[in-house]
Amino acid sequence: MSAHAEMTPLLSVRGVSKRYGAQIGCADMSFDLYPGEVMGIVGESGSGKSTLLACLAGHLRPDTGSVLFDTRADGLRDTVRMSEPERRMMSRTDWAFVHQNPRDGLRMAVSAGGNVGERLMAVGARNYGDIRRSAVDWLDRVEIDTGRIDDRPSTFSGGMQQRLQIARNLVTGPRLVFMDEPTGGLDVSVQARLLDLLRGLVRDMGLSAIIVTHDLAVVRLLADRLMVMKSGCVVEAGLTDQVLDDPQHAYTQLLVSSVLQV
Amino acid sequence: MSGCMRQEPDGARADYNFAYLDEQTKRMIRRAILKGLAIPGYQVPFASREMPMPYGWGTGGVQVSAAVMVPEDRFKVIDQGADDTTNAVSIRAFFERTAGVATTTRTREASVIQTRHRIPEEPLREGQILVYQVPIPEPLRFLEPRESETRKLHALEDYGLMHVKLYEDIARHGHIATAYDYPVRVEARYVMDPSPIPKFDTPKLADCPAIQLFGAGREQRIHALPPYTRVVPLDFEDHPFEASKPDHPCGLCGATDSYLDEVIVDDAGGRIFVCSDTDHCEARRDSGHVGEDTA
Ligand SMILES: Nc1ncnc2c1ncn2[C@@H]1O[C@H](COP(=O)(O)OP(=O)(O)O)[C@@H](O)[C@H]1O
Ligand SMILES: [Mg+2]
Ligand SMILES: [Zn+2]
Repeated sequence: MSAHAEMTPLLSVRGVSKRYGAQIGCADMSFDLYPGEVMGIVGESGSGKSTLLACLAGHLRPDTGSVLFDTRADGLRDTVRMSEPERRMMSRTDWAFVHQNPRDGLRMAVSAGGNVGERLMAVGARNYGDIRRSAVDWLDRVEIDTGRIDDRPSTFSGGMQQRLQIARNLVTGPRLVFMDEPTGGLDVSVQARLLDLLRGLVRDMGLSAIIVTHDLAVVRLLADRLMVMKSGCVVEAGLTDQVLDDPQHAYTQLLVSSVLQV
Repeated sequence: MSGCMRQEPDGARADYNFAYLDEQTKRMIRRAILKGLAIPGYQVPFASREMPMPYGWGTGGVQVSAAVMVPEDRFKVIDQGADDTTNAVSIRAFFERTAGVATTTRTREASVIQTRHRIPEEPLREGQILVYQVPIPEPLRFLEPRESETRKLHALEDYGLMHVKLYEDIARHGHIATAYDYPVRVEARYVMDPSPIPKFDTPKLADCPAIQLFGAGREQRIHALPPYTRVVPLDFEDHPFEASKPDHPCGLCGATDSYLDEVIVDDAGGRIFVCSDTDHCEARRDSGHVGEDTA
């Protein structure tokens, strides 16, 4: 933490809570994310990971709390209280969101090239040749055969769809990437390839990211820091290796031991 | 009904139910039209009424025409450029019967023109009203079927999707294949669906001296362009919009600058290209122009 003393956090979360009626989604979450950092959020199903992520990315409005983002123009701004157009602009430029199910993050009726180009066009790109070149470049970077540029994602395998979703999100050079179970629903061998790819992109682009997963292998590989959630609350947080190698909380110990048995 | 009313000497009653719709309904439609004119390109919801004709016949256009029509008007109806199709003849007859207005086939003489799928060749002038029949007024519908979402996209000027559609066109066909209903940006604000006019007509939407009103009956929407509005077709720098037409002269009048239909002229499958705007073609022939296919 002291290493960050003089830095402005990219994202500063303060007291974020979200309920669904009487049911707690997440409660009183606070943490900072610094530029270039990858934060992992782990916990069993129903522990509130997706709820928290949706609140941070502006998909859900938290009941209380603030989410401060270091905007390019005005420095730290509370995205919860931003106008909808401002928030949308943010989610098309500085933020990216990778859904667990690629169908939620792709336009299935639009070609791979069109999917990658959409964010560019949304922020004003008007040169077809340039858009096409960016699409080719990004398909290549996520290891999709560029000959498939005009094919629809419905003809792609699950792993390819997920890689296309990542390309579509990263094409505008976002500063913060939200990922909700990015490897969920994929075969183990396909997961490994996607993880390698993500790790390369995070390193090469110096991405800041928040990755939600129930899979400890994912955070072990990608996350600098870790938060462990249970019933909507954080039970333990710290550097990834520390938390995984020397878990303090009984719940974390349980999580770690169950993964060791796999 | 109104035909009888108009016989009455009392001027106040004479116009009661003029042009089929009751005054209450016309007021409601006029309010929608005025709102549309105040916010060019914005789709204004209105409570579409049952009309004594099927939806495909342009009930939206008919309601708009009925709402703007006054007894002094001279009314013209064109269907794909022609005044003499069943559809055009029926709508013209409808207003002759219910409003008793004079009708014409001459663009120049008409004060209100209801149209399906064309803009007349003859340049429109101030004081004229062009009423379009619109099947689907929402340009974003094809990629985003949810009404709640398209309204939000318009409100936030979130129009990236429109270019995705054009991108897909070029990727698939090598050029923008959208030939009708070409999407336009109005006054650098709303993206508007101009109804299925050929893209040859798209430039005529811009900077037009006449009032342009668009009525969608089934979809219950009205949108509008006031005179002299900035209207720009969406395109790419390296694939600019082009107002194309078949590369022929009209076989009947020899015109080289009008939009043409290809028509079969004999049992042997012989084809000629002729002006789609029948009034324009006749006027040219009347003043002595001749095409290569005039027998
Ligand atoms: N839309 C919703 N309506 C009601 N309860 C919800 C909704 N979404 C999530 N929940 C509840 O909130 C809690 C946290 O869910 P979620 O954030 O999806 O957890 P996770 O992503 O960790 O599996 C769970 O008890 C879940 O049942
Ligand atoms: Mg979840
Ligand atoms: Zn002609």
